[in-house]
Amino acid sequence: MHEAAAAPSWVSLAYLIAGICFIIALRGLSSPESARRGNRFGMAGMGIAVATTLLIHDVASLPEIAIAIAIGGAIGFVTARRIAMTAMPQLVAAFHSLVGLAAVLVAAAAFLNPQAFGILSADGEILNVSRVEMGLGVAIGAITFSGSVIAFLKLNGNMSGKPILLPLRHLINLGTVIAIIGLIGWWAADTSPEPWLFWTVTGLAFLIGFFLIIPIGGADMPVVVSMLNSYSGWAAAAMGFTLGNTAMIVTGALVGSSGAILSYIMCRAMNRSFISVIAGGFGGDAAIAGAGSADDRPFKRGSAEDAAFLMKQADQVIIVPGYGMAVAQAQHALREMAELLKAEGVTVKYAIHPVAGRMPGHMNVLLAEANVPYDEVYELEDINSEFARTDVAFVIGANDVTNPSAKTDKSSPIYGMPVLDVEKAKTVLFIKRSMGGAGYAGVENELFFRDNTMMLLADAKKMVEEIVKSLN
Amino acid sequence: MDFISILSIFVLACFVGYYVVWAVTPALHTPLMAVTNAISSVIIVGALIASAAAEAPAAKWVGLIAVVLASINIFGGFAVTARMLAMYKKKERADA
Repeated sequence: MHEAAAAPSWVSLAYLIAGICFIIALRGLSSPESARRGNRFGMAGMGIAVATTLLIHDVASLPEIAIAIAIGGAIGFVTARRIAMTAMPQLVAAFHSLVGLAAVLVAAAAFLNPQAFGILSADGEILNVSRVEMGLGVAIGAITFSGSVIAFLKLNGNMSGKPILLPLRHLINLGTVIAIIGLIGWWAADTSPEPWLFWTVTGLAFLIGFFLIIPIGGADMPVVVSMLNSYSGWAAAAMGFTLGNTAMIVTGALVGSSGAILSYIMCRAMNRSFISVIAGGFGGDAAIAGAGSADDRPFKRGSAEDAAFLMKQADQVIIVPGYGMAVAQAQHALREMAELLKAEGVTVKYAIHPVAGRMPGHMNVLLAEANVPYDEVYELEDINSEFARTDVAFVIGANDVTNPSAKTDKSSPIYGMPVLDVEKAKTVLFIKRSMGGAGYAGVENELFFRDNTMMLLADAKKMVEEIVKSLN
Repeated sequence: MDFISILSIFVLACFVGYYVVWAVTPALHTPLMAVTNAISSVIIVGALIASAAAEAPAAKWVGLIAVVLASINIFGGFAVTARMLAMYKKKERADA
């Protein structure tokens, strides 16, 4: 580590300050007002880290680096400006894949030029401990990359959201993981390590990333996206160990724990264990078992005029959005409807289930985009007791998260999942494209057949627009 | 730095992360993912070290590609976070 030892002490301090800026950036997210300032701290931290790195190294290729940053920066900036808010889950998945690939490339660069990274031992080989760190970094990075690519393809609709189950997949996955760990161990312990060990670890890790995410269905994507978020952090931390860089280690630990906590929150909101999500295949079998069992039961069907009338009369309406609202891009029409109701003296609130949508906080962003004030938007535990005192629950594009059988039916695959108690409202208005097709969990929703439920069968956006027309 | 010092920083940072992230309001979980995405691209530090060194051209080019990827993430991640955060508004009190 000759280079690290030669660096003046202000360098370590600078990286530490960058790390602290990142902590402040995340701390700011406890409320929307402080979040904007936090984001600027994040940018400052990144600026400090990059500037410090460039200052302390003899940069032989500054023009190339400037061009590389300009190209990447332009692509990133333009994408961030143009992307539709409904496409945010795909974008985040794509960004994760880039972090993963960058981690792989950095590990590969360190492998090709260990001297520049100061990780050579006296006998001219890479230090053993650095080999472990690089091995882990490249493996986690590669899994993040290929896993995120699959997640992106599924979220973007290039690939079916249905779980794809390979035979013997658990055996293949377990074997590959053991092989990766074994090879890293071999590579780290060997006195004169063969290069193929490093490249095989990289290749196997790319493969396992594909295998891990392919069997996971669309409804589990919030967990997958959070998990890959976590992995991208651990990959950065592992490379931070290799470089002995405080900013990278702190950031990696922050991002790693952030993703892990989000995965935990998502799993808890679905009452599923992390292992069962990773094992995949959710919805595959249940969809077959549930089909055709209850589809000819009577239900009440309503029109836009009925819905408008009911809501106009109400004291309080709680809107429950779900992924269907994002697909239909109905958030703006929905806000317009809420404005009209408020003008009639109706109290309008929004109830968000933690796993509504395809990533944590997905619905909140869409409602914010449609100018819904965030203090009208409530989380599950804050609003659930209010349904009993509510005249109309307006469910738009959500399904499983409102299913009362999660509370009563022990045989249901979603039994035990915390759900929004919409059925306690005097009337439930449920927008759904058609009566066929169950929710993503493949479970029939009891709610459709209740006496106080009125089904509004149409495209979510069209239905809301018609309700707006009737309200005028 | 020796391994134990680095490990100490790492473990303590994990605890900081744990408490900081639990304090994040669920409404901002999507911006949280976007900003963590941006900051995890601090891996650009490693990419810069590789591309700064002249003696190994292969490592330099690999490093430069990593610089491009990490830059996409840094600029894209912070910009999209800023864009999202700008949308979160409180209720207007004009009529009250």
